[in-house]
Amino acid sequence: MSDALVQARGLRKSFGAVEAVRGIDVDVAPGEVFGFLGPNGAGKSSTMRMIACVSPRSAGTLSVLGMDPGVDGPRIRARIGVVPQLDNLDAELSVRENLEIYGRYFGLPRRHVKEKAAELLEFAQLTERAGDTVEELSGGMKRRLTIARSLVNDPELLLLDEPTTGLDPQARHLLWDRLYRLKREGVTQIVTTHYMDEAEQLCDRLVVMDGGVIAAEGSPAELIGRYSTREVLELRFDPEHRPTAEALERHAERVEELPDRFLLYTVDGERTHGDVVGAGFVPLSSLVRRSSLEDVFLRLTGRTLVD
Amino acid sequence: MAAPTVSVARSTGRAPTALGGVGRVVEHHWRWYRRNWRATAVSSILQPLLFLLAFGVGFGALVGSGPQAAAATGGTPYLVWLAPALLAMSAAQSAAFDSTYPILSGFKWQRIYLAMSAGPITGAQVGLGVLTWTGVKMFGSGAVYVVVIAIFGGVQGPGIVVSLLAALLTGLAVASLITAFAATVENEGNAFSALFRFVVIPMTLFSGTFFPVDRLPEWVQPVVWVSPLWHGTEVARGAALGTWRLLPTLGHLAVLVGLLVVGSVLVARLFTRRLAR
Repeated sequence: MSDALVQARGLRKSFGAVEAVRGIDVDVAPGEVFGFLGPNGAGKSSTMRMIACVSPRSAGTLSVLGMDPGVDGPRIRARIGVVPQLDNLDAELSVRENLEIYGRYFGLPRRHVKEKAAELLEFAQLTERAGDTVEELSGGMKRRLTIARSLVNDPELLLLDEPTTGLDPQARHLLWDRLYRLKREGVTQIVTTHYMDEAEQLCDRLVVMDGGVIAAEGSPAELIGRYSTREVLELRFDPEHRPTAEALERHAERVEELPDRFLLYTVDGERTHGDVVGAGFVPLSSLVRRSSLEDVFLRLTGRTLVD
Repeated sequence: MAAPTVSVARSTGRAPTALGGVGRVVEHHWRWYRRNWRATAVSSILQPLLFLLAFGVGFGALVGSGPQAAAATGGTPYLVWLAPALLAMSAAQSAAFDSTYPILSGFKWQRIYLAMSAGPITGAQVGLGVLTWTGVKMFGSGAVYVVVIAIFGGVQGPGIVVSLLAALLTGLAVASLITAFAATVENEGNAFSALFRFVVIPMTLFSGTFFPVDRLPEWVQPVVWVSPLWHGTEVARGAALGTWRLLPTLGHLAVLVGLLVVGSVLVARLFTRRLAR
């Protein structure tokens, strides 16, 4: 893919003896929203920092916007936007000042920066708070401001490292809406998350990372089709009468045993439920749902994503 | 409400020149200063003012014009003799304060250095920009201090302007070294309190600010020679009183410039290393 905005081959990152990223291949096409999904410590953030041209790679090749981060770091960084995992706004400046001063780092004239700040305040629904210092903002507002700030240079590529971690559901939905608008505008985005619903909401294509390598790659629907079944039946039992996983296995394609419940992978959850009850098992509660990326992750790594 | 107009074809951002990058970092701090100058102005003027009152006026009256004092100051009134040295001392002190906790905050608490270097600014530009800003601020409060000293009658002639420049050079040399050190500090711990206790305070006491260093025992002298503040004080006082001699002055300036160069190189390297990992 010669027109890829980001292309990595055999990309590695080590910190002393610890290998955080152990040889990954990635291609991100213009206009797509690409996700890195995985638990804490999977190597997502290290990968993002290499793509953001702040962390030098340890081995492999990497090209961003057709340039080599090791050579053209500042020139690449001038054309991308970064939303870091931890907010790094200047808490003692006002909301508007944060946007204006950040634009100046990108060589933008004062006048341009002023107009852009007004536009971004509107976008982030912070116009009313423009004169307040950042200290006074809520967590969700700070996050929105960080995203607005990352757009000050009209980036060709936007990197979002866990954009909604720690936010309440309403704040998350507002952020997702903003990111969706940017996607419609054609801004290429790379997102890391350990939330499955976020990945399903936002990403056209994603890779599941675990232990510094890529465990699977595809669109959310493809991954679910490949690694899971259409439906999942969740069963909880009284500990006294808890059956073995083996006993349930003949009723489903696959059974996962979790500490508090069984997951039965099947095409038709209701029907499987009927079979299980018909065989004499009495669950305390049951739930039929669609397969999600969480199930893909469980299948690939044997672990749940967020405990 | 429309989404912002994002020109996907080509970003409007571009990487500034090396000097431009340093300038943007200074501009950021200036922006901050315009908002918060009252608090900083009060503390950066009040502290030297207290020193001036306590030592120049109070202690100066005690020293009076006895023969011992006259021998030490070369016959100059104590306040006039003290004033240029206080200028250098307050520059070194504010350099030490500005180069410790605020630097750690930029890396660790507020993390604004990380934000700067996520854009097209390099780590070295961040470090040198911070150092430049420290110098700008130091020069401003030094100039105000000169006026205050003049009001108290501590200024003998226009040489005090050269003293101000010497004080600035002294402060920058100190700031560059401490800023470089601060860039290696990962946690609040005891690093800074140890620095103040064992380096900054002894330096302010034994650099010839309040009494000539030849009054100290012989074995302490080598300790005085390594103090940047002593070199700065000699130049600042020599300029204000017109008592300087060429060769020693050049020697003092060479030491200060040398320290500033070493400090600046270290700042550039250590900021780069800390911001790129």
